[in-house]
Amino acid sequence: MSDPVITPEVVEGHGLKPEEYRLILEILGREPSLTELGIFSVMWSEHCSYKNSKPLLRLLPTEGPSVLQGPGENAGVVAFGDQLAICFKMESHNHPSAVEPYQGAATGVGGILRDIFTMGARPVALVDALFFGEPGTPEVDRVVQGVVHGIADYGNCVGVPTIAGQVTFAPAFAGNPLVNAMAVGVMRQEDLTLAKARTPGSIVVYFGNATGRDGVHGATFASVELSEETMEQRSAVQVGDPFMGKKILEATLELIRSGAVEAIQDMGAAGLTCSGCEIAGRGRLGMKLDLDAVPQRARNMTPYEMMLSESQERMLAVIPPARVEEAMAILDKWEVNPAIVGEVTDDGLLTVYHGGEVCAKVPALKISAESPVYTRETERPESFPTEPFVPGGWTQSLDMEKALLDLLAHPTIASKAWIHEQYDTMVQTNTVLGPGAGAAVLRVEGSGHLLGISTGVDPLKVACDPYLGGQMAVAEAALNLWCVGAVPLGLTDNLNFGNPEKPSQFWYFKRAVEGIADISKAMGVPVTGGNVSLYNENPTGPIWPTPTVGMVGSVETPERLIRPGFKEPGEQIYALGTPASDLSGSWLSWLREEGRLPAPLAPPAGHPASLGPRMTRLVALLEEAIGQGLLASAQDVSEGGLAVAIAESILFAPKVLGASIFLQDPSLPLLFGEPGALVLVSVSPSRIDAWEYLLSCHPEVDMLELGVTTEKASLVVRSAMGGDRVKQVDLPVARLAKARGREPYPG
Amino acid sequence: MTLKAAVVTFPGSNCDQDMHRAVQLMQWDLVKLWHGNALEEPVDLILIPGGFSYGDYLRCGALARFSPAMASVHEHARQGGGILGVCNGFQILCEAGLLPGALTRNAGLKFRCIWTHLRVEENSAPLAAGLQQGATIRIPIAHGEGNYQCHAEDLVRLREKGQIVFRYATPEGKVNEASNPNGSMDNIAGITDEAGRILGMMPHPERAMEDILGGTEGRRVFESIEMALARAGA
Repeated sequence: MSDPVITPEVVEGHGLKPEEYRLILEILGREPSLTELGIFSVMWSEHCSYKNSKPLLRLLPTEGPSVLQGPGENAGVVAFGDQLAICFKMESHNHPSAVEPYQGAATGVGGILRDIFTMGARPVALVDALFFGEPGTPEVDRVVQGVVHGIADYGNCVGVPTIAGQVTFAPAFAGNPLVNAMAVGVMRQEDLTLAKARTPGSIVVYFGNATGRDGVHGATFASVELSEETMEQRSAVQVGDPFMGKKILEATLELIRSGAVEAIQDMGAAGLTCSGCEIAGRGRLGMKLDLDAVPQRARNMTPYEMMLSESQERMLAVIPPARVEEAMAILDKWEVNPAIVGEVTDDGLLTVYHGGEVCAKVPALKISAESPVYTRETERPESFPTEPFVPGGWTQSLDMEKALLDLLAHPTIASKAWIHEQYDTMVQTNTVLGPGAGAAVLRVEGSGHLLGISTGVDPLKVACDPYLGGQMAVAEAALNLWCVGAVPLGLTDNLNFGNPEKPSQFWYFKRAVEGIADISKAMGVPVTGGNVSLYNENPTGPIWPTPTVGMVGSVETPERLIRPGFKEPGEQIYALGTPASDLSGSWLSWLREEGRLPAPLAPPAGHPASLGPRMTRLVALLEEAIGQGLLASAQDVSEGGLAVAIAESILFAPKVLGASIFLQDPSLPLLFGEPGALVLVSVSPSRIDAWEYLLSCHPEVDMLELGVTTEKASLVVRSAMGGDRVKQVDLPVARLAKARGREPYPG
Repeated sequence: MTLKAAVVTFPGSNCDQDMHRAVQLMQWDLVKLWHGNALEEPVDLILIPGGFSYGDYLRCGALARFSPAMASVHEHARQGGGILGVCNGFQILCEAGLLPGALTRNAGLKFRCIWTHLRVEENSAPLAAGLQQGATIRIPIAHGEGNYQCHAEDLVRLREKGQIVFRYATPEGKVNEASNPNGSMDNIAGITDEAGRILGMMPHPERAMEDILGGTEGRRVFESIEMALARAGA
């Protein structure tokens, strides 16, 4: 081999620290070849190794009666009834989307779909949580339009409906947008297929697109801060091919159904290297790979380039020798260009041949599972406020009508129809509730249940208090499910944070994970997998810390389904849970405080800082109310507080109606505060007796009667002031609709 | 007599399984036809579903027309059999020369997935005879290239021969610019061939078959086809 000499500069250029290089020398007992150095560098990037996050991720509860597969595989799996299972995972594609929004987002969708079908599940839904800078600058607009277009083109072409998600706009994401894509699949439990080789001598089959030079070093790229220099690294971004994506989806599922697959994994981050090491490593076996047999798109590719290529739509399957002919026939039928590229060995080594010579020989398990682990220092940022948040003078003279309309019109809260309409939300003909209001709901053939899918996180809250903000992310995703009648089964978390080597950034990460762990345990919702994206910083600073939660749940019977919006005039409206007693963490404060974070978060007066107790009490009440069919509507209270939740419940109604609200104690925090663990519900007059009896059995849950739905199409809020009823809000529904319907990108 | 319907699957078809379900909901006999094979048994109806055949990498439907199964489609058409092409299936029928005109990029240049209202413009074609003229049915669209265009003389002929079956309309049945979701000429959403036995439409009737999914008015399209073909078969 005529490799260049490995100098300290070459090591540094691969993102490896000197102590990591020393560990490589120790493991190999010699100097690595350049190909081997490349293999170590991608496998030990944060993206593949979780070396900065492992100790924290151990805090998360990963077990539960419904968990069939927890973290460590391509995706998590939970049982869905006796026969079926739900496979789901969320993964980020942040850095590629910053550099090349269209391809970055499209390949993010392609990658997460492969993680699902490689487990043996047919993808039934795509979900996206997107975080952008505020609309209005050419750079942000380019990113928004590119990302949405990329998601739409890939998902629509593959034929998987994009049915849920969230979009947040805030300046902290201007130079570093977040694209968190989640896919959900349905499988028969017996089809669960792992990426774990079991038998030496089994054949390694490659199929899908040929290998090119695109995406070389993508995983390393995802694990550094964005700078002007990295923004020029366009070769690190891959190009998606949804048509091939669709073909390898069908081919993989048919292959798995045939029973001819021993192990299979897609080639995503770190391509052949990662798939080879992980399939062999999980089985404590080895693998021989012959690069000359790998289909190639470019001429004269070096083994280094081939092992690190992140060309999209490629799969690596392990097939018992007796089944190879059958497997190749299936793959040929789908025209996915299969090639035999190696075999499983018993020596524990990934041995790579090129031009008849060995170009790399590394221990598969050590590389894939025994990367260095760092316990990073944490330090609460000096700038983080320690005194309770006190809003400025604007609260004295606030025009409540204008405040509500401004919130409804803010792109984070306003209708996202301009995005959702670009997605095929109905293909596969199972969409019971599409995007737009809380959770989405799908029919699952052969189960008798409906499947609820939601996301949750408000990065504003996490920036104001990472522990409570992390808890709120889980609570919001869970309440979105409860509000359609679904019981949560499991969650996936996509942890987007800044540079972990900075103690202040790592503090946010640590506190948020602790918050997620505590509330997930309290609620009994297992974490079945996820993704960590660190180094989300650019020259203007770090992002708001964003632990995005994706959750799936079961609507036991179709009768439990609650559709969004008030249903009829005359329903009684209630807030369930403890309302806020201040405006910390609220979007109203954020919009009025001109760039000052409304931090720190304060729990409602007299309550502990942890959300767990309030959530578990609230959920117990919701379960009984849903079981008895008492709720006409239910809406999680999040961005914009109760005021926005009431307006949304009016606008989501299947017919034109309004609401009349009367408050004994007129306070801004009550209407606009965002305390978490709070839902707005309505109850039809015929169920009021049963409802009041249920409430009397649950005195531990705070409840507030808010008013009634009306035939008159307006939102009226009156308050008691010195014995009088003073009208503070009187807005026609048409004005609410106009404010919320704002489209930042007309045409 | 139970109707027998073949659903063609191209690589990249993604509404084929939705169409299978629609056939089952109609209680018709289903024949699954892979693009690489020819039809081996006579059928009453061939359904060409939506999707992105061959990834739509040349023009929508442009490559699918060379598929072996398409020879069976042409033969079926020559014999006067019924054909329904939905979305990408409509595009394929136009590319194959079985229907006039072409589907171009939406006027807004964006993919659109929304519920639309269709006014039944003409019901003189056999396949449309079961639809009530002037009625409005609610069916969703999901496409990026559904902007129907044809030569002026073709449009005149389409009108004269009663080939324009569906036009995008308001819920009240008014055909205007506001109800046109993609810029189609004359708000055209679906047309037949001259004989009225080949129907192409951009909206997806197979997505509007069940209450739980938001509507059942797509059934009327299938019921109308069933009436026409059952009569022919009897």
